[in-house]
Amino acid sequence: MISKQDVEHVALLARLELNEEEKELYTRQLNKILDAARALQELNTDGVPPTAHVLPIQNVFREDRVGEHIDPEKALANAPDREENFFKVPKIV
Amino acid sequence: MTQSYEAVIGIEVHVELKTNTKIFCNSTTEFGGDPNHHTCPVCLGLPGTLPVLNKKVVEYAVRAGLALNCKIANFSKFDRKNYYYPDLPKNYQISQYDLPIAEHGYLDIEVDGQTKRIGITRLHMEEDAGKLVHQGNIVTTPYSLVDYNRTGVPLIEIVSEPDMRSPEEARAYVEKLKAVIQYTGVSDCRMEEGSLRCDVNVSVRPVGQREFGTKTEIKNLNSFRALQRAVAFEIERQIGVLESGGKVIQETRTWDEARGITVSMRSKEQAHDYRYFPDPDLVPLVLDNQWIEFIRESLPELPDQRRARYIREYGLPEYDASILTLTKEMSDYFEEVIQHYHTPKAVSNWMMGEMARLLNAGGMDITRCKIKPTQLAELLKLIDKGTISGKIAKTVFEEMFASGKDPEAIVKEKGLVQISDEGALAAVVDEVIAANPKSVQDYRGGKTQAIGFLVGQVMKATRGKANPDLVNKLLKEKLQ
Ligand SMILES: [Zn+2]
Repeated sequence: MISKQDVEHVALLARLELNEEEKELYTRQLNKILDAARALQELNTDGVPPTAHVLPIQNVFREDRVGEHIDPEKALANAPDREENFFKVPKIV
Repeated sequence: MTQSYEAVIGIEVHVELKTNTKIFCNSTTEFGGDPNHHTCPVCLGLPGTLPVLNKKVVEYAVRAGLALNCKIANFSKFDRKNYYYPDLPKNYQISQYDLPIAEHGYLDIEVDGQTKRIGITRLHMEEDAGKLVHQGNIVTTPYSLVDYNRTGVPLIEIVSEPDMRSPEEARAYVEKLKAVIQYTGVSDCRMEEGSLRCDVNVSVRPVGQREFGTKTEIKNLNSFRALQRAVAFEIERQIGVLESGGKVIQETRTWDEARGITVSMRSKEQAHDYRYFPDPDLVPLVLDNQWIEFIRESLPELPDQRRARYIREYGLPEYDASILTLTKEMSDYFEEVIQHYHTPKAVSNWMMGEMARLLNAGGMDITRCKIKPTQLAELLKLIDKGTISGKIAKTVFEEMFASGKDPEAIVKEKGLVQISDEGALAAVVDEVIAANPKSVQDYRGGKTQAIGFLVGQVMKATRGKANPDLVNKLLKEKLQ
């Protein structure tokens, strides 16, 4: 069971600000999602290896060669704020 | 009766790998550079981009893992470690969680002549975060500036077992780890520049108790000395807390070098809820044993092997061999000197004596030593040839250390050539005998040690340039 406290906790981790109504709503909805997922628990998975990736691909590599840089103007184009070529953010202690 | 306590220490070390490009994109890893110039859409975390693993990073991680006696995983994967901080543009760090590339290793350290094996729990690959720059005062500034040049630089994190019991063991572990990694060539391991960083977990418990006490984590340790001091301080602090009836709080503390204390960092609430899950953008890594063995065979000689060889082949005492192999730079220097001068013990004596003394006094490491290995070899040859005495050689060495000049040039310039001419010395010996009748009488009366004083007088009269063996011989002859 997901409690309202769980929802508050997850919201904090995701930096979401929720009002009381939303907290109630999401608590109900998340529990329904978990109920649906619980159906999968019924399956017998003995002998099935844990899935690390859904695609049957492995070992995709890149050689260690330097490529083009982005133009700093482009890098900073969507920044809410900048100072010279730095991203400018509220102070975090 | 006072309770005695035991410290329990575990260490996490992050090492920056010396690749050309970042772990998941082809941006350069070059240190510094203008802010945000060494970036691309991938390491900036722009939507729609995909990471692709740098093969060299895997090779380096395997190399380091093997050098640390780890078992390399045939199957490993990458996971997302989720947290919000402006130095992390994606709001998650790509790391390895439950299936790291290497596990179950160990390192043998030596403290006070005792060898101790420290377990290595795991070694995994991950990406570095960016750098926050604070304008002016960190407390009063209203904002931070972010530079993502370092974001995505490849790291390996090496986690030890809580096997260390003293500040000295903690230091010895990190020193040894640094040496091993440096020998493998996968990182520079410069602690001051941050290419090797360590976080130390410390707890204390009453001797005899099996369960661990509550631990704290110490950060901001940028030298071996800081690490040892911080751990010593933290052990005492925790014992003090327990002795006064208090409880140790699990928290992160930062080392304040100037004040010599650890300080609590405001504990970030729920900071350790990282909600790891497999990164769907990266496919699993499957390494076959053939490739792992290929890398194992390509490993260079490691500190322990080199140390054993110094004892076996060069006949060095264990102590010398340990000190000389402690850093790769020191060991490489030694190797080069003995290419040109074939008495390893003499080289070792000079490196561990005069050179170590002058380096320590200057707060330097051997990479900044102005004396080239070939020059040290030349100096030792001058002593062997009798051109200068061992005593004068120390003066010459100091001058070489200060100026980087060749020993021959210094000897010539300062007129330091040893006097080995019997005729020239005989006159000085006669003068000394005439001027010190008391010592002469003592010697003749059977106090043979009086000759030492007379030798000293001859050396003084020649400003240290007389050949001491010759002076001894002449004095003995003349006093018979
Ligand atoms: Zn990039």
